[in-house]
Amino acid sequence: MSSLASMTVPEVILNLLEGFAQNGIIFILTLLFAIPLGLVITFGSMSKWAPLKFLHNFYDNSEKGIAYSLLNFIADFKPVQALTRTFVWIIRGTPLMLQLFIFLYAPGLLFGVPNRDRITAAIIAFVINYAAYFSEIYRAGIENVAKGQYEAGQVLGMTKTQVFFKVVLFQVIKNITPPMSNEVITLVKDTSLVRVIGVTEIIMHAERFTKAGIIWPLFSTGLYFLLFNGILTILLGKLEKKMNYYHN
Amino acid sequence: MSILKIENLKKSFGKTEVLKDISFEMNEGEVIAILGSSGSGKTTLLRCVNFLEKADEGKIYVDDKLIYDAKTAQKMSAKDQRENQLNFGLVFQSFNLFPQYNVFENVTLAPKLLAKEEKNTAKYAEIDKKAYDILAKVGLSEKLNNYPCELSGGQQQRVSIARALMLDPKVLFFDEPTSALDPELTGEILKVIKSLAAKNTTMIIVTHEIEFAKNVADRIIFMDDGVIAEDGTPAQVIDNPKNERTRLFLQKFNELK
Ligand SMILES: Nc1ncnc2c1ncn2[C@@H]1O[C@H](COP(=O)(O)OP(=O)(O)OP(=O)(O)O)[C@@H](O)[C@H]1O
Ligand SMILES: [Mg+2]
Repeated sequence: MSSLASMTVPEVILNLLEGFAQNGIIFILTLLFAIPLGLVITFGSMSKWAPLKFLHNFYDNSEKGIAYSLLNFIADFKPVQALTRTFVWIIRGTPLMLQLFIFLYAPGLLFGVPNRDRITAAIIAFVINYAAYFSEIYRAGIENVAKGQYEAGQVLGMTKTQVFFKVVLFQVIKNITPPMSNEVITLVKDTSLVRVIGVTEIIMHAERFTKAGIIWPLFSTGLYFLLFNGILTILLGKLEKKMNYYHN
Repeated sequence: MSILKIENLKKSFGKTEVLKDISFEMNEGEVIAILGSSGSGKTTLLRCVNFLEKADEGKIYVDDKLIYDAKTAQKMSAKDQRENQLNFGLVFQSFNLFPQYNVFENVTLAPKLLAKEEKNTAKYAEIDKKAYDILAKVGLSEKLNNYPCELSGGQQQRVSIARALMLDPKVLFFDEPTSALDPELTGEILKVIKSLAAKNTTMIIVTHEIEFAKNVADRIIFMDDGVIAEDGTPAQVIDNPKNERTRLFLQKFNELK
């Protein structure tokens, strides 16, 4: 490899682009897996399964007092929902940077198999982190569909599946497009975080130039992000506009 | 033979008993208006009959066939419930049109899904034709391609009536069909309901429009605090109420006017 200091400008640009390809791969794979995984998490966090509900049959539900409150709490306990929401709270409540370290080191610490594949660890951390955020966006999008839509469908003899796919789903997609667009753009920028666990993305490439005494490549990396996000903004804006042929 | 029979229907939400033993029968072609003060349980009654709530006790018959029994309600399969559901149509106070579909699609969606399930897509043309006819009858031929958000409240409510009529319900229910509308728009809805009554459509209409109820209904049910306080012809219920509560209710209405 030619010395970094002696590279021509096009060579530098190409070198940085190589780094940006890594950002792009993490971006695409994160979306690819986090979008469906988010939906699974949404179903978990909306789960109404309360296995101890039958306890309600054994006492008067309007009874007051600490013992009854406790009993009510136990009877209404929804384990899947509680577990999923705790998980989402932890993932959203801690820094993504820390999660990157955890997914890199945890397998080694827990099972004695050190994880040498930094990219896989990075992608797993990103997928889980973003899926948690997406799940909350989906949940809000689903909860914002008016109850009357389900009821109108039911009264017209549609099955639950038909109501979901023919009536509700499109409204959910319309509801979630603006907040999802925000997340997608944040994701583009977040991909540069992977360098903390040694994945060589664009800023890491640029830092090598800095160490060799050339500073401008580091600043120029901003342009790559700007350009990529500019294209995304236009595409997502088009999608949003397409669905704006009606309002509620 | 009665087209609809409600027997000892009861419904509570938690400790509040909202319907306390409702029973009545209606004949084919009959139009019943339900009056009653706010909170008396009118909406809950309609929702129970249309399976949007499960009544705690009681039975519902259509054409003397038992279609709902609170005792076995938990065991009713989704398929059976759906079949029973199709006996009825319900027009909501807030229209509840599907915003992403235009008028024509709103009206044809459910019947086409049914036809598709029966593997009878040949029926689509028939459904389209029926939709044109019904939309013409409610005066919306010009609006087939418009989306609900492009229509006035009155027009939206006419679409939702058309949508319900597409499935030929045996009994069509209305829950205060005009109370979300500006006063100048209520007339167009009342006109549509009147024309349906003239064609012997069996209807139950919850309304606060007493004059309208008197004109269009064969029978008036006055509900008070979860029970039927009075049930009779408009002349009996409105002009000569026997029940004290009915009298007070009507009096209040006359004062407002
Ligand atoms: N889902 C529910 N949960 C708890 N209480 C309810 C529910 N639905 C209705 N109620 C209560 O039941 C009572 C009757 O309500 P309902 O809507 O049937 O009255 P209504 O006669 O339709 O009144 P209005 O003329 O205001 O529409 C009210 O006290 C209401 O608060
Ligand atoms: Mg009501």
